[in-house]
Amino acid sequence: MSNLNGRFGVHGGQYIPETLMNAVIELEAAYNEAKADPAFQNELTTLFNDYAGRPSRLYYAKRMTEDLGGAKIYLKREDLNHTGAHKINNVLGQALLAKRMGKTRLIAETGAGQHGVATATAAALMGMQCVVYMGVEDTVRQALNVYRMRLLGAEVIPVETGTGTLKDAVSAAMREWTNRISDTHYCLGSVMGPHPFPTIVRDFQSVISQEIKEQLMEKEGRLPDAVLACVGGGSNAIGAFYHFIEDRSVRLIGCEAAGRGVDTFETAATIATGKLGIFHGMKSYFCQDEYGQIAPVYSISAGLDYPGIGPEHAWLHDTGRAEYVSVTDDEAVNAFEYLSRLEGIIPAVESAHAVAHAIKLAPEMGKDRIIVINISGRGDKDCAAIARYRGEDLHE
Amino acid sequence: MNRIANAFDHGKAFIAFITCGDPDLETTKACVRSAVEGGADLIELGIPFSDPTAEGPVIQAANARALAGGVTTDKIFSMVKELRQNVSIPIVFMTYANVVYSYGIERFCDRCVETGIDGMILPDVPFEEKEEFAPVCRERGLAFVSLIAPTSENRIAMIAREAEGFLYIVSSMGVTGVRSEITTDIGAMVELVRENTNIPCAVGFGISTPEQAGKMADLSDGAIVGSAIVRLISERGRDSAAGAVYNYVRSMKKGITGRN
Repeated sequence: MSNLNGRFGVHGGQYIPETLMNAVIELEAAYNEAKADPAFQNELTTLFNDYAGRPSRLYYAKRMTEDLGGAKIYLKREDLNHTGAHKINNVLGQALLAKRMGKTRLIAETGAGQHGVATATAAALMGMQCVVYMGVEDTVRQALNVYRMRLLGAEVIPVETGTGTLKDAVSAAMREWTNRISDTHYCLGSVMGPHPFPTIVRDFQSVISQEIKEQLMEKEGRLPDAVLACVGGGSNAIGAFYHFIEDRSVRLIGCEAAGRGVDTFETAATIATGKLGIFHGMKSYFCQDEYGQIAPVYSISAGLDYPGIGPEHAWLHDTGRAEYVSVTDDEAVNAFEYLSRLEGIIPAVESAHAVAHAIKLAPEMGKDRIIVINISGRGDKDCAAIARYRGEDLHE
Repeated sequence: MNRIANAFDHGKAFIAFITCGDPDLETTKACVRSAVEGGADLIELGIPFSDPTAEGPVIQAANARALAGGVTTDKIFSMVKELRQNVSIPIVFMTYANVVYSYGIERFCDRCVETGIDGMILPDVPFEEKEEFAPVCRERGLAFVSLIAPTSENRIAMIAREAEGFLYIVSSMGVTGVRSEITTDIGAMVELVRENTNIPCAVGFGISTPEQAGKMADLSDGAIVGSAIVRLISERGRDSAAGAVYNYVRSMKKGITGRN
């Protein structure tokens, strides 16, 4: 793909303080070396299989397919991974890389808490220290995940600056990294930030599309017609898209969080409402005002509540290779309940955004068509918040 | 062509940073004038950004207050124009890439020239990304100021060779903010700089006392102070900030030059 000097078209780059430059240069060199080392790849594959439970299942959602009456729907069950989301794929890769680089401490940002939990898990597994930065709003929305991280031995630091959400957690983690580089790896959770992070995270997540391709070939003997995934920063989506990018017949559809609607200020739909900018180490699309101040975005989903999108997605959008659609809170909550009742699968509210779009799309497609939805995580963490959204007084 | 050289041509320079619009632009103007009267040789004006990733808590909070108070890039340009009626020392902007990028790099630089700005410091634009900004600045006689950090090591020569205006030496790891001690070997960094350029270099990050400023200026061509001034302004507020800035800058200037 177009990835010279960390660029995806005009997007990407390394817009970071000089203090961090040698750290990202060192990271890139170490990653390229590890990538080419069969021992590293074997160790990672073993962890994927024996620890994370890969390959994750590709499940034919028969009842959903029949109910919608259109395309055949498959669910890629990243929710069945250890720690309950796709985040573990990236984290195992980065933790292994950090260890190889002689680092003893991992820091991470987290929104919904899934990446924080995954990082805390990998740190526990590999005997590393772990500090997770989490927006103070999100520590309230996702209290259970805060407890899980602490249980796993991580320190969780609530970030009170700005809007107290994911973007502020990223800023806090970046600040901490400039403070302490020699023993610390910043385990970034999405396909964002300065090069080489968007590439490293995408490579570790691309196991998702690699498996979808093999599994569907085995079940149906062909490629899917569409792959759907939710997009915040975009790591599960790029993972689900990557090995299909060259297969032009496969529609790649990223589902952004519209919050209360793309025509309101309470939205996190970057492609729909953002413009080109430079933030958090990368050039990409960002929700911002006319003076470039980053907008306080909103979504019911803490994991999609981010004002930007990874540079490779921005490029896939520019080239028209992938489509990006917006899904509101209401539609996502409906889909959350729909999949729970129809298939007995409670998806993460993030993943429910992709399910919501499939509910619209499948009936428009013929019965001979195939849709794959990436169920990026499980929804246990969201039950209390969704109950409250529906007016039930449920507290964890 | 550029006023920045003047800041360093009569001994060690004292560089004062002020966040624009905290608590309001009238106070910023008064504080800039006081800093000049107190002996500042160069002023860095911070254009607030919503998410200043290189700043510590003091300047982060100042940015948030300034934005909440309604300051914008255009209002800051107007303020600079007014300041230029009686302030002749060099003034540079310190802000983040997106503030400049979203305004339009060329349009931003044109406005800098019109209003009397001499250069800019963008802490999130390292050497590798500066080609998008630096040539646009250069064409208009603006200096695109580069930074070097304690981790720069093998990069210092490369950065110094293309330095413009002055070189900003980041004294410590981490973000801006007051520090009780600076442990980096600044002398060694400056030595590497000197081997590669005649551009002056000033040390910033963590400096708050006249003793620290004196020590850093001894090792380089000047000292930069931000958080300590920003904190002083926020503590004193509208009514007494300017007077406090005058006294503070005077004591700092004395700390680096030994003269009054």
